[in-house]
Amino acid sequence: MADRHVPAGVTTRDPADTEGCPDPRDLLPPDEPVHLVDSDGTFHDDPDHPVDLDDEQLKLLYRHMAVTRRVDREAINLQRQGQLGVYASCMGQEAAQVGGAFALADNDWVFPSYREMGAAVVKGVDTGLLLHLFRGTWLSDHDVYEHRYALLSIPIGTQALHATGFAMGAKFENNPIVVMSYFGDGATSEGDPHEAMNFAGVFKAPVIFFVQNNQYAISVPLSAQTAAPTLAHKAVGYGMPGLRCDGNDVLATYAVAKQAVERARRGDGPAMIEALTYRMEAHTTSDDPTRYRTKEELEAAAATDPIARYRNFLTKRGLWDDDFEEQVNDEAGLEAQRMRDEIYEAPHGDPTEVFDHVYVDSTGYYERQRPFMQAELQAGKGA
Amino acid sequence: MAVTMAQAINKALGDAMQEDDRILIFGEDVGKLGGVFRITDKLQETFGEARVYDTPLAESGIVGTAIGLAMYGYRPVPEIQFDGFSYPAFEQIVSHMAKMRNRSRGRIKLPITLRIPYGGGIGAVEHHSESPEAYWAHTAGLKVMTPGNVADAYSMMREAIAMDDPVIFLEPKRRYWMKADVELPVKTEPTHKAVVAREGTDATVIAYGPMVKTALEAAEAGNEEGLSIEVVDMRSLSPIDTDTIVGSVKRTGRAIVVHEAAQTLGIGSEVAARIQELAFYHLEAPVLRATGFDTPYPPAMIEEYWLPSVDRILDLVEKTMDY
Repeated sequence: MADRHVPAGVTTRDPADTEGCPDPRDLLPPDEPVHLVDSDGTFHDDPDHPVDLDDEQLKLLYRHMAVTRRVDREAINLQRQGQLGVYASCMGQEAAQVGGAFALADNDWVFPSYREMGAAVVKGVDTGLLLHLFRGTWLSDHDVYEHRYALLSIPIGTQALHATGFAMGAKFENNPIVVMSYFGDGATSEGDPHEAMNFAGVFKAPVIFFVQNNQYAISVPLSAQTAAPTLAHKAVGYGMPGLRCDGNDVLATYAVAKQAVERARRGDGPAMIEALTYRMEAHTTSDDPTRYRTKEELEAAAATDPIARYRNFLTKRGLWDDDFEEQVNDEAGLEAQRMRDEIYEAPHGDPTEVFDHVYVDSTGYYERQRPFMQAELQAGKGA
Repeated sequence: MAVTMAQAINKALGDAMQEDDRILIFGEDVGKLGGVFRITDKLQETFGEARVYDTPLAESGIVGTAIGLAMYGYRPVPEIQFDGFSYPAFEQIVSHMAKMRNRSRGRIKLPITLRIPYGGGIGAVEHHSESPEAYWAHTAGLKVMTPGNVADAYSMMREAIAMDDPVIFLEPKRRYWMKADVELPVKTEPTHKAVVAREGTDATVIAYGPMVKTALEAAEAGNEEGLSIEVVDMRSLSPIDTDTIVGSVKRTGRAIVVHEAAQTLGIGSEVAARIQELAFYHLEAPVLRATGFDTPYPPAMIEEYWLPSVDRILDLVEKTMDY
């Protein structure tokens, strides 16, 4: 009588038949997020999450985070000085972004949202070029194919589908690259990340969905965003592992991401990573976070700062000294200066460029509109 | 040899895939089933499941992954099963597919041909008879085209797939079974050109897609009443070939624009605006529009009263003659 609700002729999956279907228990996130480094720098060895990095690579992780924080601050300053219209800071999320991207090989791709300065630093993108979007000189100006770093995507979560399609393309021709799509906790409520994860699961695409759970979607806290036990639990519904890590612990983030990346590279399909972190700054420079979070909450979050923690780790490892500190400070200052030089008073472009990139073949378009604008410019209007 | 528009599109897809292995076809039920209209019939059998594949039932996913595949280097030719289901993909089409090249300052190209069967006249259930062309034509970065006859269906599809720009390829579903004696492959006028489908001297009827046949029937019927009607088949809705349209109206002095889509802010509004701007002194009468009404698409039993017909077109032609 067990099947009395099932109409005749309808087949149901035999729970014992798991061929081609992962055991859901293997996909569940761990009870506790993976955590390897305490605030005081104490390292906990975890054989399930090895950190396969040598001393130079360990120091490079710090360098990337420090440069990220410095250029991020520079961008905020540029906005305050009226040089940028708006900027979305990643302060506090450096470990999550850097740890995730550091697990990628050179040929691997990142599909970012608009808050991934840390991933851009790891990928070697000229950070100044990324700011043209926020200055309004153009909508982007970096070469996505040179650094395998896609365009910043503002409509929430939409880039997850581009990442999945790109990864499907790689899989179709057995190109062993991996694609990492970054998005935030708010994006998990959107439809596109859902469709992206579902497609990725069905096609076993080599794509990692890297969710930075920074606790807020502008002002709306995670509790108002989802009723799921954790965001990582959502992965189970797509047939992929849901992983979870302390996103302010760069080594934990790296170790978890590395496992997911290598698994995808082997052809075992996508994974979702929830990195628990905290957005220390406002949503953007236009936002006023004092309206929705307390000073006490911010102070508590500051105590988990990913960079201070990792510095303690390097000190305990004997990898920290004044020379290294000075060297990183110099590099960060140089990168900030390059950013400033690129963007500070960057001139308006040629207004008629608006007609240049809309179509590869613009036959039939703009015969009258381009000359119209040119005439206005010549007449001194709109120039 | 008599072929249907459906067969012509099917052959265009197959011939294109034969020539370029970067072309991928995907969508809902396009594989084993060959699509609900059989437009992708036997393509999976011929080219394999790696190049012709069914996707999960998710239109935003179909278009969003097409964008990623195109960035990777493929030439995707995805299908949206029906007009009314293109709306879940609206954001991916408008915010990304249309804009990616511009946003990247020309570094990224997206050679995607998004096929959408559209329009009414087949007695379909709700949401299966929409005419969403104005949305796409209003969006810079998309090319929008729709064939009105069998030869164009083949030739325009081949050209769309070969283009490096994203194309919304609107297939007039009520004309899928239209037959013509055409030897395939065939090459017709370039897609950005409108064509004079029938010459006449009294008035110009401007139509596209499913309404080209109706317009030609109206011209034939008008002929019996002593009216000489010229029919312009727009073919491309973005860009609009203004020269051909205006050139015809300058000869006839009267213009009636025809489409199934609702009237207000439809393609006819733009065509009328261009005609009055460029042929004002040639006009013997105001530009009129024979279109669907400004209501949601009606239930199947009512659609024949809603869709533009030979009579509606001729009534408006006569109105311009009497003006």
